[in-house]
Amino acid sequence: MNDIALSLDTVWMLLAAMLVFFMQPGFALCEAGFTRSKNTANILFKNFVDFMFGSLLFWFVGFGFMFGSGGAGFIGMPNWGDLTFYKGDLPVEGFLIFETVFCATSATIVSGAMAERTKFSMYVIYSAIISLLIYPIEGHWTWGGGWLCNDAADSFMMQTFGDVFHDFAGSAIVHSVGGVLALIGAMALGARRGKYAKDGSSRAIPGHSLTLAALGVFILWMGWFGFNPGSQLAASGAVNRQAICHVFLTTNLAAAAGGAATMFITWLKYKKPSFSLTLNGVLAGLVGVTAGCDLVSPAGAVIIGLVCGIVLVFSIEFIDHVLHIDDPVGASSVHGVCGILGTLMTGLLSTSNGALYGHGWGFFGAECFGVLVIDLWAAACGFLLFFGIKKLHGLRVPARIEDEGLDVYEHGELCYN
Amino acid sequence: MKKIEAIIRKTKFEEVKEALLSSDIDWFEYHDVHGIGQSRQERIYRGVQYSTDVIERVALTIVCRDQFMEPTVKVIIDTAHTGEVGDGRIFVSDMIDTWSIRTGEHGDTVLRDKK
Repeated sequence: MNDIALSLDTVWMLLAAMLVFFMQPGFALCEAGFTRSKNTANILFKNFVDFMFGSLLFWFVGFGFMFGSGGAGFIGMPNWGDLTFYKGDLPVEGFLIFETVFCATSATIVSGAMAERTKFSMYVIYSAIISLLIYPIEGHWTWGGGWLCNDAADSFMMQTFGDVFHDFAGSAIVHSVGGVLALIGAMALGARRGKYAKDGSSRAIPGHSLTLAALGVFILWMGWFGFNPGSQLAASGAVNRQAICHVFLTTNLAAAAGGAATMFITWLKYKKPSFSLTLNGVLAGLVGVTAGCDLVSPAGAVIIGLVCGIVLVFSIEFIDHVLHIDDPVGASSVHGVCGILGTLMTGLLSTSNGALYGHGWGFFGAECFGVLVIDLWAAACGFLLFFGIKKLHGLRVPARIEDEGLDVYEHGELCYN
Repeated sequence: MKKIEAIIRKTKFEEVKEALLSSDIDWFEYHDVHGIGQSRQERIYRGVQYSTDVIERVALTIVCRDQFMEPTVKVIIDTAHTGEVGDGRIFVSDMIDTWSIRTGEHGDTVLRDKK
């Protein structure tokens, strides 16, 4: 490969990694804004924990689990900090950084759903486990070249569906895993005190700053321009430069369509356009298009955004009013439901092998199957982890600490003085 | 001496302040208050409709000599009035005494009204 071209690809990968890293402050601000000021230091801290522990553990072990060989496509060998096993064109240290920021993104989704009532120490354990095991193992099945993406003619996926699972930048691999864990974590914890009245009706617990939440969502939107186009992992040559531009466009259109859909749906449903939900709607569109941003047309991206933005509103209502699972920031709907939905819609709307373009249902089947096993894995791990911690040690702070705020009792320092 | 306490609309604060400053009062205190009343405001947050009974108002506290009580009350009523429910209330009570911390003198001469 041309040396300059490889350098160009490397620079693009590192630039994208920086943008994806910047999604961490996006998540942090979004979650801080949607929660109360007595817990702000705690929620910001959790976002730091995700990135600190994610970086260390993914470098030391997770990278090997995800990209190592052996294990018959189900799990790689842990690398114990050694990176020499990786054989790729791009410099391995840069590639590790790029994969680290994706792992940390998956980890940090959960913090918002479990906000305002989780023991900090127990959150640290959860955060370590996802970066150490949950994410790298399902990552190995897919991006690590494992069984879901094995395109050999005699592989299980090719034999069964005639196509492999495709998730370009992680609607399922990154977002739905974080979203499913978020839902189970919030379920294991129980609702915040005062969230549900005695008759079961849901109460609003307004977050302390829509300014912070809005800034966070704008930052996430920008970060996605690294998350999706960066996943091409190359910029040089006509094919790559067109591909990253195409992904840029589909990503942006889906975000805009998702936000617009949520705005109009809430306008119809509640008589007023809801800003807090529209912020989620933008993220819903982004999460949804992430799987197929390389395969769908711009119009397809708009459709994915619209569907995700609409479904989001009903999903948030269903989880809150019917399931009575208290997710303060909507992470399980945005990342879980829309992550799954976006991956499935890739099977329909892919211009090269989607069912709606007359390419048959094989690819759609592969997408359904891939989402199913990835999220079953996440759900099984989530159940074991969160209900295990709950049983053994307790996941939740005592009522008095919850009432007076986690900042003062868990950390001894307040965000606002 | 009288103490006048007035609860007024936040939106009327600037007008009342200007009017008080151009009348006989040269000092008053104010603070934001939250009251609970019968009126409700409909709100929606993340798909949950709820109503808040918390009403935000500004409370003014004015201490003046007896003869300035009625003109001051009139100034507040004239400027804080909109005619809608929720314009507020004025409470007047007697003050026993007052001291100037700087000079140590007491009585209503401490209140430096303009006239």
